[in-house]
Formats: sequence, C-alpha cells, structure tokens
Amino acid sequence: MSEIAQPASLALAVSRPRSPPFDWRRAVPFLLAAPLLLYMVVLYALPVVAMLLRSVNDPTWTLANYATLLDDVVFQKTFWITINTSVTVTLGCLILGYPVAMGLVRARSMAPFILVIILLPFWTSVLVRSYAWMVLLGRHGLVNEALLALGMIDRPIRILNTPLATQIAMIHILLPYMILPIANALRQIDPSLIRAASGLGSTPFMTFRQVILPLSMSGVAAGTLLTFVLALGFYITPAMVGGPRDITLSMLIAQQVDQLNWAYAATLSAVLLATALAILAVARKLPGVGNAFKTSMR
Amino acid sequence: MRLASILPASIVGLILFFLAFPIVVVAIVSFSSATYLTFPPPAFGLRWYEAYFSNPDWLKPTWVSIWVACAVVVLATFLGTLAALGIARLPKAMRIVAAGLILSPLIVPGIVVAIGIYYAYSRYGLVGTPIAMVLAHTCLAVPFVVTSVTASLSGIDPRLEQAALSLGATPGATFFQVTLPLIQPGVLVGALFAFITSFDELIVALFISGTGAVTLPRRMWDDLRFQIDPTIAAVSTLTIVLTAALMGAAHLLRKRAERTRTATSSAVA
Amino acid sequence: MSSAGTNGAGSGKGASVTLSNLEKTYDRASAAAKAVDGVSLDIRSGEFLTMLGPSGSGKTTTLMMIAGFETPTAGDIAIDGKSVVAMPPYRRNIGMVFQNYALFPHLTVEENVGFPLKQRGVPKAERARLVAEALELVHLPGYGARYPRQLSGGQQQRVAVARAVVFKPRLLLMDEPLGALDKQLRENLQLEMRRLHADLGITFIYVTHDQEEALTMSDRIAVMNDGKVAQVGTPEDLYDRPENRFVAGFIGESNFLPAVVRGVENDVVIAECDGALIRALCPGRPSSGEKVTLTTRPERLRFADSTWIGEQMPQNRLSVTVTEAVFAGERCRYMLQAGDGTSIVLKEPSSAAIRRRAVGERAEIAWSVADTILV
Repeated sequence: MSEIAQPASLALAVSRPRSPPFDWRRAVPFLLAAPLLLYMVVLYALPVVAMLLRSVNDPTWTLANYATLLDDVVFQKTFWITINTSVTVTLGCLILGYPVAMGLVRARSMAPFILVIILLPFWTSVLVRSYAWMVLLGRHGLVNEALLALGMIDRPIRILNTPLATQIAMIHILLPYMILPIANALRQIDPSLIRAASGLGSTPFMTFRQVILPLSMSGVAAGTLLTFVLALGFYITPAMVGGPRDITLSMLIAQQVDQLNWAYAATLSAVLLATALAILAVARKLPGVGNAFKTSMR
Repeated sequence: MRLASILPASIVGLILFFLAFPIVVVAIVSFSSATYLTFPPPAFGLRWYEAYFSNPDWLKPTWVSIWVACAVVVLATFLGTLAALGIARLPKAMRIVAAGLILSPLIVPGIVVAIGIYYAYSRYGLVGTPIAMVLAHTCLAVPFVVTSVTASLSGIDPRLEQAALSLGATPGATFFQVTLPLIQPGVLVGALFAFITSFDELIVALFISGTGAVTLPRRMWDDLRFQIDPTIAAVSTLTIVLTAALMGAAHLLRKRAERTRTATSSAVA
Repeated sequence: MSSAGTNGAGSGKGASVTLSNLEKTYDRASAAAKAVDGVSLDIRSGEFLTMLGPSGSGKTTTLMMIAGFETPTAGDIAIDGKSVVAMPPYRRNIGMVFQNYALFPHLTVEENVGFPLKQRGVPKAERARLVAEALELVHLPGYGARYPRQLSGGQQQRVAVARAVVFKPRLLLMDEPLGALDKQLRENLQLEMRRLHADLGITFIYVTHDQEEALTMSDRIAVMNDGKVAQVGTPEDLYDRPENRFVAGFIGESNFLPAVVRGVENDVVIAECDGALIRALCPGRPSSGEKVTLTTRPERLRFADSTWIGEQMPQNRLSVTVTEAVFAGERCRYMLQAGDGTSIVLKEPSSAAIRRRAVGERAEIAWSVADTILV
C-alpha cells in the first residue's frame, strides 16, 4: 500500500504537478485513523495521564511521593504480595497450560472440543468465574463436601478468602492466555522434524526435550509474559475470593481512591503501570515473542 | 508405551475438567430448588430464574448493560473499522504509534484505566451516566474491533482492489463493492467482541456507574458482597449462554471467511 | 454498449501505446535502484506484444505503469497519442488479467464478469447479454452462477479473461496469466489466447518470464533486462538475430565463441576463432583486430562428416573434442571442447542411421554463415 502512496510524493518532488487524483488519496489514511485516535486521546489517554500526573504535582511538582514508597511498609508488603501471586499463578499456568497446548495441537477429531473447553471460560466474565470459585471453595462448597466425603478432613477447612483461593481462581482465569500462544508455537513446528528425530533414534522423551521444547520456547515466553503482566493488574478476583489481609496493588489503589487519596493512588498506579510496561519492553526484545503476542491477542 | 500415551491424555483431561467444571457447577446451581447454596442441589427448578425475571432490581441493570453494550458496538465498530482501514495504509512509524495507543487498553492494568477515567470524567459530571459508560467502554472495546478488521484486511489480496480499479470502479465503488464485503466478517466479529467486552466489564463500572447507570456486573458485584444467593448463578448462566452464543457466531463467521479465502487461493496453486 | 470501450481515436479496434523514456525509481535516495530505466516502446494497434524478462527486469513495473497502478518517475505513456500518466486507473479503460486472476471471491462468475459493466452503468438486461457473450467467448457458458472457488485454475483464468474483455477495451494487459497453471493446460491456453487475440483484434500486452510462451504467442517481443529493453523484434528476429549477449543467452540456448576480427566483406565479418576463420553476420563494421564474441545455436551445428544430401557443406568449420554425449530422445546432445578450451553444445536430431560419437573422439563441426551472429 505504501508503494502506491509513495509515487505521488515522488511526482511532487520532481515538481511535475501530475496525478492530482492521487494527492488527496494520500490524506485518506490519516483522515480515517484520526477520529479514533482523537477519541482515544481525549477519552482514555489524557484521563489516565492526568491522573498519573497527580503523583508528581500534588500539591507542587515533586518526586516525594515516590521517595516515600521506599519506607512505606504497606506498599512494600502489597507489592510483594502482588509479585508473589503473579509468579505463582504464572508458574501454575505454565505447568497446567503446556500439556493442554500439546493436547490441543496433537488432537485431531477432539481438537474443536478441546478448543471450546478452553475458549468458553476464556470469554466468560472474570466476575462469573470468580463467583464460580466462591461457590466451589466456600465453607459448604463442593470441594469441602468432597474432601469430607472422602474422609480426608473432619470438618470444613477454610479455602475461600485465603491466598490459595486467589491463586486457584487466577490460574483458572489466566490459563487460556498461556495455552493459546504455546499452542500457536507448537503448531508451527514442522511435523517432519519430529519424525526425523524419532527416525534418528530419539525416544519420545528425548524428542520432546531436544526438539519440541526448544522450538516452542517463543510461545512459552509469550504466554508467560502475557500471563504475568495480566496477573499483576488483577483486582476483581483477589477482592472476591482472596483473604482480607492479602491485598494486591490494584486493591490498594482502589482503596486509596475511595479515600480520595489521589496522589498516593496515582503513585501506586504509576508503579504498577511501569512494572507492566518494563516487563513488556524486555519481552519485545526476545525473538519470536512479538509475533506470538500479536496472534494471541486476537 | 501404552501407559505413556494414556497418561498425558488423562492429565490433559483433568486440566480441561478444571477449566470447564466451575462453569458447569454454576449452571447446575442455577437450577437448584434450594434457597441456599448447596451442591449437588436437592432438587431442580427454575425458581432462581423466576426470581431474576420478576425482580426489577435485576432487570433494570440488565437493560442498562444491553443498551450500553449496543451503543458501544455502534461507536466502537464505526470508529475501529475506519481506523483499521486507515492504519493499514499509514507510514510505518505512525502506524506503530497509532496501534500502540489503540491496543494499549489490552495491557494497561484495568484499575489504572478505571481510576484514570473516573478521575477525568468526574470533573465533567459524567459519572453515573450511561453516556460515560458508553464512552469508557468504547475505549476498551475498540482494540478488539481494530485487531479483527486489520486481520481480515491483511488477508485481502491487494490485486483484488487493483482489479476493481482496472475494471473501471472508482476508489469509492472499489471500497463499497470489493473491500467492504471482503472485510465484513472481520467487522462483525469485532462488533461481537465489542458487545461482550462492554457487557462483561466490571472495573470501570465500579468507579463510574454511580447510582444512575448500574450495569449487570455491577449489580452482581454489589449483591455478592452481602450474600451468595443462587439468583446470581441464574444471572451468570444467562450471561454465559449469551457470551457462548455470540462467540460461537464469531467463530463461524471467521471460519466462513477463511474458507472463502483459502478456497480461491488453493484452486490457483 | 457500443459506447463503453470504443471511444478512443486511432485506427482499428486496438489501441496504440507509446512509452517514451519511461523511468521508475522506488527509492528516492539512490537513483541507482531504477526498476525501470528509460524504456521506449511503440506498440502498434492490434499487436500482440510480449514483455519478456527475468524477475526484477522491470516488465511488471512497466505494465503496472501502463495500467495506472504505478506513477512513472519520469517519461510518458500515451495511448492512441494521448498521455495517460495523470489519468487514474479506473478511467483508462484498459482490460487487465492479473497473476492469480484476482477474481472477487464474494461474487459469482456472472457478477465478476458483469462488474466492469455495472461500473459503466450498463442496464441489467444488456449486461446479462454481454456477460453471456463473454463467457461464450472463453468457452464457459453456463458457469455464471458459480463462485470462483468452485472453478478449477484454468476456468478461473478464463473468467478473468472474460471479465477483462467484456467491456470491449481497446487494450488488454496480462501479467503472467498462465504462471500458476500446469504445463499441459498452459499450452492449451496459449493457443486460446492467440485465437482470442485474432477474434477481438485489440492490442495485447503480455508479461511473462517464460520464453517458450513468448515465442509461441507474440507478434513481437520486447526482451527486458535490468529495467531496460534489451531488444524488440519478432520471435524470429530475436532467435536468429539476437543483438546482444543477453538476448542470445536468454532466448534459447547459445554458444559463445571468443574471436578476433580479421576483416569485413560486405555484411560478413571474418573472425579468427581458435585458429579457424569463421564468418559471421554483423550489422556494424568492427575494425580489424577487435576482440568479439560470435554466437550460434546448438541445433544449427552439425558434424562435418555427416551426410549432406542436397545441400552444400556450410562454410564455418571448427575442430573439437567430444567431452560428453547425452541421448535425449528426439535429439543427441554433445558437449564439445575447442582447442582454446571453449565449450560448445551441439544438438543433433537422433536417428538410428547416424553414428553416435564417443567421448574423447575428435571431430570437425560445421555451420552456416547465416547462423552465426556477432554480438
């Protein structure tokens, strides 16, 4: 498309006023993109930026709000819980997601069925899925009932409103974000490579370790980063099923806004956003991740 | 050897069970006859659906959600489709900046977007109005429209547009008779995604729906803080069914578009 | 419908096309990267002209400029004497068949073929009649209701042709239209293109990298190389009288013999090659002592000791050693080496009556002056 746009500019540079019909067409892409860009700037980007600015200009221009974070015990504990939860959840997703991705790619007639099972929860709202775990993990929930029936516990144990509940529910919610990029990478592996490996005397396990796993690393990296970044910002699930004292960064931000403590909320938001963007910036440098990201975002 | 092939299959099965089971449980609970949450239900009935459909406290937020989502669909699909058409033809540097801005709501933590919007919209007295919900949700829905339309645009052979021009179609006629019909499935898929995005959205709603524009997720959230009554299971099941139906439609549309495309190119190859 | 295509001036049903000093540079910074570099061509009304060249030779870019999808950096394109450079593609009224056909997948065959008529506001009934006529022309009557994906590659190609001629353009451009088809089908369609050209009487400009296709179909061929026209001429001209080494090597197979000019007699150059005096046709007058290259076709060479019934032994002779002998069905192909190390290919029609040469055998080859060109 740019090839078509270029000649017109060339013609102009040569200073021959030919091809007037092409001149206005060069402006068309800008005109088409402008309304949405304007919309996003005014109704999304500027509001977020204005809010974030409260962290450095309240009441005067200063970085004091960031400096105090260094001694802020509440922030540090919250930040630690957030990172800790995200790491745990990401690892959990990786362990559970990889076999499913392999199953999805390997399965022939079952593949659409597996895909539906993966995608249905994917598009069910976070709220509904968190609610489902409230039902399952409650004091008289199914999990407790099952454990009682099996004789593994004598009386109902507390699962709901503990960090474990948060982790289980978040793994459940984020698992598709891990599965899809990995499945994408696995699908791109030339099957003849696997046949070649076994033809060369490699056992299935060796083939997996030496051929499949290395070739799927771009998908693993993309899935891991995506899962981690999304986990960092979780709010609804930890608020619904997590423990009352296990507050994530998002929850702390919401609390501060409720108390109209905008400077502090903005500072925390900036830290959360910067953490997410830093991870993504690192991720873009990894080969293959950029592409895997794009396809998995669809 | 046999164990090795059965074992992964059963592991995959268990994980898939983990994925599907909670949703199935919600659906089953919604048909419970009990007045409290218990599983398995002692008997089945539709009392929670009746409770939902007879209670204006539930129906009103449902209508708000539907209207907001429909308005978001119109706005996001229109703006997003135009932008996708433009962005594909922008110079590369500008394309990256524009795509970065438009796609960023997928990555920026929801709470940051929500309080940013709350912070600015409250200045202009928009909080608590359905208009604010539409404006904010459109920002969140637009990335799905743009990615979907961009994907279907990139699948179009540029020679089709050249062919139309060579056959005497003006650029306008080329757009309406060739380009638009070819990206139509992508536009529809984007519109469906936009609907679901708005319909399911909670974090922004928590901050800006106020008392004047309480949406269905917001109503569920408020309810959950006091009790876990099976009405929510019924509401959840209804939203799951709605979402699944829309996603199924999107999937079929995409499949059909792919088939049209691959069939022509494979006959050529 | 009579108004749809025949609004141009000029004689006959076909348009004449004049390219003058056409240039196309994609990269503004380096003028060296010229995709098309000073192409001038006069394409006559009703002619079947093929632009032949390897990929990257500028043939497709030239075609795209004629169609109006690319704007020339410099130079001019005139159709029937009128410059069209400033005219957008949809006003040029040129039919075009694309590589891979570019049939609209969302339209039926009928709608595809009717598309250009619809753009021109042809009424529905008239449209249906013309579409049926065009489908008849390409031997696809009754296929109107199908979608492109339900057709084979060859059928899609015919629909693309029907769509490009249904509005009776005076000029038809074709960009490697047979490239995606298998050999058998390609050969059938080549003949059909010729017939179509004869039936319609309009000007065809055809782009291909396949020299056999070009030789079979064209009235004239413009051989393109490096953005320039290497030679324009009839297929016979190009094959028998290549003007330069590129054309000699690109069209058919050629032997290149290094030689030194010893004298000129009328139109014939006498040059010394490996100690032998070889006569060659030459339009120019090279000076004595100049180093030159002589070219000749492998199938025009013979072994001097073959029987020459009813014809004279040709004048040019050279002593060689057989280094390789390959039997290839209808022909025997010999690799020979001259005394100065030059490799020469000779193709001899195979016959049980002709003795096969063995590797290492010494022999003398002969060929006529008319088959020797100085390039």
